Amino acid sequence: MKDRRDFLKTALTGAVLLGSQSKLGLAGVTSHSAIPDHQDQFTHRTEPGRSRVVIARDPALHGPAGQLDEKRVLELLDRAIAAYTGREKPTEAWRHILPQGGPDKVIGLKTNGLGGKGISTHAVLALAIAERLQWAGIKAGNIIIWDRNARDLEACGFTINTDPSRVRCFGSDVSGFEDQPVAVEPITYGAAANARLSKILTRQCDMVIGLPILKDHSGAGVTFAMKNMYGVVQRPDQLHAGGCNPSVADLNSIPAIREKVRFTIGDAMTSVYDGGPGFHPERLWQPNALIVGEDRVAIDHTAWQLLERKRAEVGMPTLEAAGRPPRYIATAADAEHKLGFNKPEHINLVEI
Amino acid sequence: MIFRSRHWMLATVVISVVAVAALTGCKKKSVDAFPASGAVAGWEKTGETRTYDAKNLYQYIDGDAEQYISAGVVTTSTADYKYQGTLEAVIDIHTMSGPDGARKIFDTSRANDAKMVPLGDAGIAFAQSIVFRKGPYLVRIVAYESTPVTAQALLTLAHGVETRL
Repeated sequence: MKDRRDFLKTALTGAVLLGSQSKLGLAGVTSHSAIPDHQDQFTHRTEPGRSRVVIARDPALHGPAGQLDEKRVLELLDRAIAAYTGREKPTEAWRHILPQGGPDKVIGLKTNGLGGKGISTHAVLALAIAERLQWAGIKAGNIIIWDRNARDLEACGFTINTDPSRVRCFGSDVSGFEDQPVAVEPITYGAAANARLSKILTRQCDMVIGLPILKDHSGAGVTFAMKNMYGVVQRPDQLHAGGCNPSVADLNSIPAIREKVRFTIGDAMTSVYDGGPGFHPERLWQPNALIVGEDRVAIDHTAWQLLERKRAEVGMPTLEAAGRPPRYIATAADAEHKLGFNKPEHINLVEI
Repeated sequence: MIFRSRHWMLATVVISVVAVAALTGCKKKSVDAFPASGAVAGWEKTGETRTYDAKNLYQYIDGDAEQYISAGVVTTSTADYKYQGTLEAVIDIHTMSGPDGARKIFDTSRANDAKMVPLGDAGIAFAQSIVFRKGPYLVRIVAYESTPVTAQALLTLAHGVETRL
């Protein structure tokens, strides 16, 4: 395995890209797609009516001083993706996940740096994914690591880069937001109908892989795959009423998000089990896991259970008893939203 | 003549009282409690102070802003620090509308595994963080690493902030 310098160099550099970017245009973003049935939208389920979720763990992921072992992170990622796709070779596995069209497709990696330096998506994970995407044929400049703004990206450990010859890294503070809110059937989307989406999502990415960090949340209960999408809109503060329910579900139903955010590699290598979404080191915990899949509802349900088990272990009340159960998960699975499955009998949980 | 003189005296007194109250209020709200580099032994201020009001506090702390807004936050200021060139930390100072607001937030931070520390009106410490309140101010200092010196270094920094409030 390469040393760290080689690893980062490979992940960040690549062939020169001369300006070709996906230009879906606003029409493609705001057109209302028929809401797919649960059964139709995920390609890697093992059986009808069930969504696969993989939890991959490595108890030795953190070194003795608490730092992540980068080599082990890459190996964990490979195991997770192999388990999800059923393909052992990383190149094959990743090609199975990516959209058709190969190197000209732009893949966004949406991180979450809101918690600041202590509890944000780990850069080493995003860079490992960027490396594997390049192995699968995606041009370096067609990979965009992104979040709300420079501060959130720097909290994760990234340096802002808009050079199209390398893996790019920048926030919505660079790209801007759509001028018009997503005013499609406002009754359906509630407060989210007024959301103005990041142009990174709407105009630059063909596909987005969500890279949330698992955290307790003072309002929503849990923040992970679906709530990571709050970092896609200009005014997420307008979507926090009612414990973020139904706004999380409504937001994730918006076509641009629903159709482009096709995979999640959830960072549960470090987490906070209470006091979130900010950094509370006294409540920090290391599950040493990645949680991956297509069904963000199933992923969030799985993450919620993980968090509850930790809280029980340390003698803390359930999120329900604490007055903040993540109700948005059930809402996302309901007949109106149909974003995925939240019942255990509909989740094929693979733990490796 | 006497009536007019008393009238003007009364007006002067009233104006003076209002002016003193206003000045006191302004002074309380505009105090810069962030120690400059070197002002507290070993600690260096490594970034500009950023200030948010209730309307844009979500940009800093997302959904956590709700509890501060409902407790009456006026402004939140934050700055980064480093101890002896290696240990990084952040200071958040929330200026609430009154001591009750600071107490409300402080009470949510209490935990059985926290140690009481003599800071401000009340203070608690964990291995990597300190929270204290003083009047309308709620201060939280968090280090990003736990080392043998973290707890003491944070306490020293907290005292440095407290004396400036």
